[in-house]
Amino acid sequence: MSAATTTASGTRPAQPAEGRMAGRAFAFWLTDYRRVWRGTIISGFLSPLFFLVAMGFGLGALVDDGVAGGVRGLDYVQFIAPGILAAQAMQTAVGESTFPVMGAVKWHRLYDAMLATPLGIADIVLGHVAFVAMRITITSVAFAVVAVALGAIGSWWVLLAVPAAVLTGLAFTTPVFAFSVSQDNDGGFNVLFRFIVMPMFLFSGTFFPVEQLPVALELVAWATPLWHGVELCRGLVTETATLAGSLGHAGYLTLWVAGGLWLAFAGFRKRLVT
Amino acid sequence: MISAHQLTKRFGDFTAVDAIDVEVRRGEAFGFLGPNGAGKSSTMRMIGCVSPPSGGALRILGMDPATDGPAIRGRLGVVPQRDSLDEELTVRENILVYGRYFGMPRRVVNEKADELLEFAQLTERANSVVEPLSGGMKRRLTIARSLVNDPELLLLDEPTTGLDPQARHVLWDRLFRLKRSGVTLVLTTHYMDEAEQLCDRLVVMDGGRIVAEGSPRELIALHSTREVLELRFPADDHAPYAAKLTDLAQRVEVLPDRLLLYTEDGDATAAAVHDRGLAPLSVLARRSTLEDVFLHLTGRTLVD
Repeated sequence: MSAATTTASGTRPAQPAEGRMAGRAFAFWLTDYRRVWRGTIISGFLSPLFFLVAMGFGLGALVDDGVAGGVRGLDYVQFIAPGILAAQAMQTAVGESTFPVMGAVKWHRLYDAMLATPLGIADIVLGHVAFVAMRITITSVAFAVVAVALGAIGSWWVLLAVPAAVLTGLAFTTPVFAFSVSQDNDGGFNVLFRFIVMPMFLFSGTFFPVEQLPVALELVAWATPLWHGVELCRGLVTETATLAGSLGHAGYLTLWVAGGLWLAFAGFRKRLVT
Repeated sequence: MISAHQLTKRFGDFTAVDAIDVEVRRGEAFGFLGPNGAGKSSTMRMIGCVSPPSGGALRILGMDPATDGPAIRGRLGVVPQRDSLDEELTVRENILVYGRYFGMPRRVVNEKADELLEFAQLTERANSVVEPLSGGMKRRLTIARSLVNDPELLLLDEPTTGLDPQARHVLWDRLFRLKRSGVTLVLTTHYMDEAEQLCDRLVVMDGGRIVAEGSPRELIALHSTREVLELRFPADDHAPYAAKLTDLAQRVEVLPDRLLLYTEDGDATAAAVHDRGLAPLSVLARRSTLEDVFLHLTGRTLVD
C-alpha cells in the first residue's frame, strides 16, 4: 500500500498534551448525533411543554383563582416556567450521562477506541461533557422559545436564564458521569432516576416554594443543585434576582461541576486505564 | 521500535506480566503466543500506552509511554481483541471519525478513507451501516481504521480469532502486504498456523513469563524433534504401548486416542515399531509444527 510506505519516514505532526484534544472527541459525538437529532429535539422538549401546559395553565388556573392568588405575586405559570427550564436541564443532563456513558464503556467500547489514539482520559471526558452541554443548550433554548411564545416567560433576562439552565445541567452531568462509569449494569440508574432525580424534580422548588416543606426537608432542598438552579433561573426571568444571590447560586453549581469533573476523571481512569 | 526490560503488570495480588524482556526491531513481524491468561493482552495494552506498567522499563519508538503517551499513540495503529467500531455509523464514517482523533484534517482523512476501503476490500460497503456486516468485514474495517494515521507500528490482538478460514486468509494476505510495505507488526495469537505464517520472531508466554523465544523454525528445532510419528492402537489405554516404545523416540507422549513419538525420522521409527511385532491401526509420520512446541511448553491442560 503506497500510503503505508510513506510511514517509514517517521515524521508525523507532534500531538498536543492530554486535555487539549477534547474537541476531537466532541467531533465524534457530533457525528453520532447527526443521525438522531430530530427525535431528541422533539422528545426533549415535549415533556416539559406538557408539564408547562398541564401544571401552568391547568392547575395554575386553580392556584391563581384560589386564596393564594398566584405564587409570590406571580401567575402560577410564570412561577413554574423557569423551574421547569432548570428541571428540564437536569433531566436532559442525567439522561445523557447515564446510558450513553455506560454504552460507550461497555457495549460499544467507544472510549476504548478513543484511548487507542492520542486522546487521553481528560479529552474523552471533556469532549463528551461538552456534547452533553450542547444537548442541554438545545433543549433549553427550545423550551425557552415556547415558554416566551406562550407568555409564561416575559423578560429579556431569559437570555441569561438559558446559560443558567445549562450550568444547572452540568452540575448533574459531571457527577453522574462519575457514577455511570463505575456501574456494571443499569440497576443503579433506576435508583438514581427514582430516588434522586424524581424527588428532586418534585421537591426542589420547581412547582412550589420550598418554604412549604417541613423545615428538615427544606434544608435538604437547599443542598440540592436543582434548587439553586431553579432559584437562579427564576430570579432572572422574574427580574427579582440580586447580584450576590445569583453569584452564590452560580458558584454553588460550579462547585458541583468541578467536583463532579474531578470524580469523573478519577472514575474514568480507574475503569478504562488499567 | 519496542524495548521492554523486566516489564511487569500487576492487578492487586495477581501478576499478569512477570518481568519480561522484549525487543522488537523495525520492519519485523513479532508474535506473542500463549494460552488464554498468559499475559499477552496485558502486554499489548502496555505497549499500546493505555495501561501503565507496574514495574520495569518500557520504551516505544524511543519514547517513554508514561510521559509521551499521546505522541506515541499518534504513531501506532491498534487492532483490539474485540472490535470497537461504532456499529450505528457507516463503514466510511467509522474511518473518518477515527482519523479525526489523530487531528487529521477532514480533507486528508477523506482521501485516506478511499484508499483504506480499497485496501480492506470494503469499497462497495462504504456507505453501509456497520452493524449487519459479517465478522470478517468488521475485522477488516477495524484493521483499515487502525491504518488511518499511517502507523509505523501496528498492534494486533488476536486479529483472526472467531473468523472463518476464508476471512482469515484474506486478513493474512492484507497483513503480509503491510509488512512488505515496511510496517512493523506485533501480534498476539493462539493459532499456531497464524504465527508460522506471519511472524519472523515470536515469544511463547505462559503464566506471565516468556518461556521460549526465536523464529518459528528455531523454536521447533530447539523444543521439538524434526518429525512426529502418530500411532493409534486398538485399545482404550495407550499407556502400555508407550512403555514398549520409549527407547525408539526422544520423547513419547500418551494421548487418550493415540501415541506421539518425537523422532528425527518418522518412517524409520514406524519401521522399528513394526519390527517389534506391534500393529497400530494407523500410522502417520509428519513434520513437527509450532503447535507441538506450544503444547510441549505450555502443557495440554486447560487454563481458564
